[in-house]
Amino acid sequence: MTAEQIISAPKVIVRDLNFYYGADRALKDINLVIPEKMVTAFIGPSGCGKSTLLRTFNRMYELYPKQRATGEILLDGENLLDKKQDLNTLRAKIGMVFQKPTPFPMSIYDNITFGVKLYERLSSHEMDDRVEWALKKAALWNEVKDKLNQSGTGLSGGQQQRLCIARAIAVKPQVLLLDEPTSALDPISTAHIEKLIDELKKDFTIVIVTHNMQQAARVSDFTAYMYLGDLIEFGDTSTVFTNPKRKETEDYITGRFG
Amino acid sequence: MPTFLQEARLKRQVVQDLLFRNLTRLAAFAVLALLAAIIASLVVGSMPAIHAFGFGFLTSSVWDPVKDEYGALIPIVGTLVTSGIALLIAIPVSFGIAIFLTELSPNWLRRPLGIAVELLAGIPSIIYGMWGLFVFAPLFGDYVEPWINNHIGKMPFIGPFFSGPPMGIGMLTAGIILAIMVIPFIASVMRDVFDVVPAMLKESAYGLGSTTWEVMWNVVLPYTRIGVVGGIMLGLGRALGETMAVTFVIGNANQLNKSLFMPGNSIASALANEFNEAVGTLYTSSLIELGLILFFITFVVLSLARLLLLKMAQREGHGA
Repeated sequence: MTAEQIISAPKVIVRDLNFYYGADRALKDINLVIPEKMVTAFIGPSGCGKSTLLRTFNRMYELYPKQRATGEILLDGENLLDKKQDLNTLRAKIGMVFQKPTPFPMSIYDNITFGVKLYERLSSHEMDDRVEWALKKAALWNEVKDKLNQSGTGLSGGQQQRLCIARAIAVKPQVLLLDEPTSALDPISTAHIEKLIDELKKDFTIVIVTHNMQQAARVSDFTAYMYLGDLIEFGDTSTVFTNPKRKETEDYITGRFG
Repeated sequence: MPTFLQEARLKRQVVQDLLFRNLTRLAAFAVLALLAAIIASLVVGSMPAIHAFGFGFLTSSVWDPVKDEYGALIPIVGTLVTSGIALLIAIPVSFGIAIFLTELSPNWLRRPLGIAVELLAGIPSIIYGMWGLFVFAPLFGDYVEPWINNHIGKMPFIGPFFSGPPMGIGMLTAGIILAIMVIPFIASVMRDVFDVVPAMLKESAYGLGSTTWEVMWNVVLPYTRIGVVGGIMLGLGRALGETMAVTFVIGNANQLNKSLFMPGNSIASALANEFNEAVGTLYTSSLIELGLILFFITFVVLSLARLLLLKMAQREGHGA
C-alpha cells in the first residue's frame, strides 16, 4: 500500500485540527487522511490524544462545556466541524462503539431498532430484515435469533459489544469509530471482534483506537502513532511497525517506552 | 506471657463481636416490632367502628357526630384525588427539573439550583399551608379559576370537574400545593439517579444521533426506572399523609362534589381537625379506622409500585 492509494480514496481528511479542554491544547495541528473502506488505527500511550481525536469525528465533545475543536474534518469533502452541519445527521453517518459494552436497557431487538427509528420509517417486515441484517453483520445472529425479545443487558460481555456494533451499523453509517472496543473483553471475545472488524471493512470505513499494539498490527491497514497531542507518524501499518521513519515510533512499538 | 495476652484479646474480640451482632439484630427487629405494634393498635382502636359499620364504612359518605354515624368515603376520595392531582403536576415538572439539572444546565447554575431544590424540600409544611391560604388561594381564586371556568369548564366530559365557584380553596388548590411540596423530593431523587447513569451509555445514544429528549426518555429513564419510581413513591407517600398544608387549603367540608373547585376533606386533615374534639367511643374509633385506612392505602400503593417494577423487569426479559 502506498501513499498514492491513500489519496486515491480518502474518506475523511483532517486538516489543521486543534483541540482544547478549556485552556489545555490536547491536539496540535493534526493533519491526516483516513482511507475509505479500510481500517485505520490510532495508537499511542495514555493521554496522547487518540481518543480525543476519535471523538472529534462525531463531535461527541460538544456534550461537554469548555471542550472545542478548530480546523477542519472533511467527510467526502463536507466539513463536519462546520457549525451549520446538523449534528444528528452527522452522527447517523458516523457510528461509534465504546470501551465498554453499552447495551440500552431494552430488548435485543429494540437495541438494534433504536437508531434506525430515528432516521427511517420502516414497515415491521423491513425492520425485521434490518435487525437480522445488522445482527448477521455483527456475527451475533446465530446466538440471539431465538431471544430477540430478551434484554440486551443479559448477554455476555463479548456478545454485548457485538450487539453495540450491530446497533451502530444498523443505521448504515459510512464511518465506524471504535474506541478501544476490546479493552473490557476476554481474549476469545477480543478475537471475535477482531475477526469481525476484518469483515466489516468491506462495507465501512473503520477507525479504531487501541492501546494494544498487537491488535493494531493485526487489524489495521494504516496506523497513526500519536504522542502528547502530536501526530508523530502516519503510514501503512506494516511500514509503521517494521520500518518506522521516526525514532519515537520505533521506541514505542518496540516497547522501550510507553 | 505474650500468648496469654493474645488469647485474652481474642476472647474480648469474640465477645465484642457477639455483642455488636446482637445489637444490630435487635435494632433491625425493632423496626418490625414497631410496625406490628402500630398496626395492632390501629386495628384494636378501630374495632368498635368496624363492628358498627362493617364494610359500609368505606362506601358511606355520612359523617354525622350528632347521630353518631360515620363513613369514610369523602376523606378517602379527597386523599386520593388531591394526591393524584399532585402527582400529575409534580412528575412532569420534576422530570423537567432533573433533565435540566443533569443535562442542560451550565455548570455555574447547577449547584445553586440543586441547593434551591433541596431547600424547597426543607420548608416546614405549615409554611406551605399558610402561604397557600393567604397568598396562593386568593390569587388562584381571583385570576386562575375564572379563566379555567371559562375555558376548560366548558369542555365536554372534563368540564364539570373544572367549573364551579372560584373560591380559591378546594380540592384543586390542595392538589397544587401538594404538588409544590412533593416536587423537590421527586426532582432531587430523579436528579441523583440520572447523575449515576454512565456517561458512555448516554454517549452511545447521542452517538446514534439522538436528541437530548430521546436520550432521556428512551435510555436514561428506562435505565433509572427503579430509582425514578422510588422517588415518585416517596413523593406520593408524602402527599397521601400530608396534613397541615392540606388542612389549610382543602376547605374541610364533608361533601362530595364533582367539581375540583369545591372544598372537600382528606383523611389526614380530618384526623387533625377532629381528633381533639372527638367524644364517645364510636367517634374516636371511626377516626382511628380512618388512620388505618390511610395506612392501608399507603401500603397498597407501595406494593403496586413493587409489582409494577417486577412486571417491567419480566417484560424486559430478566425473568422473575
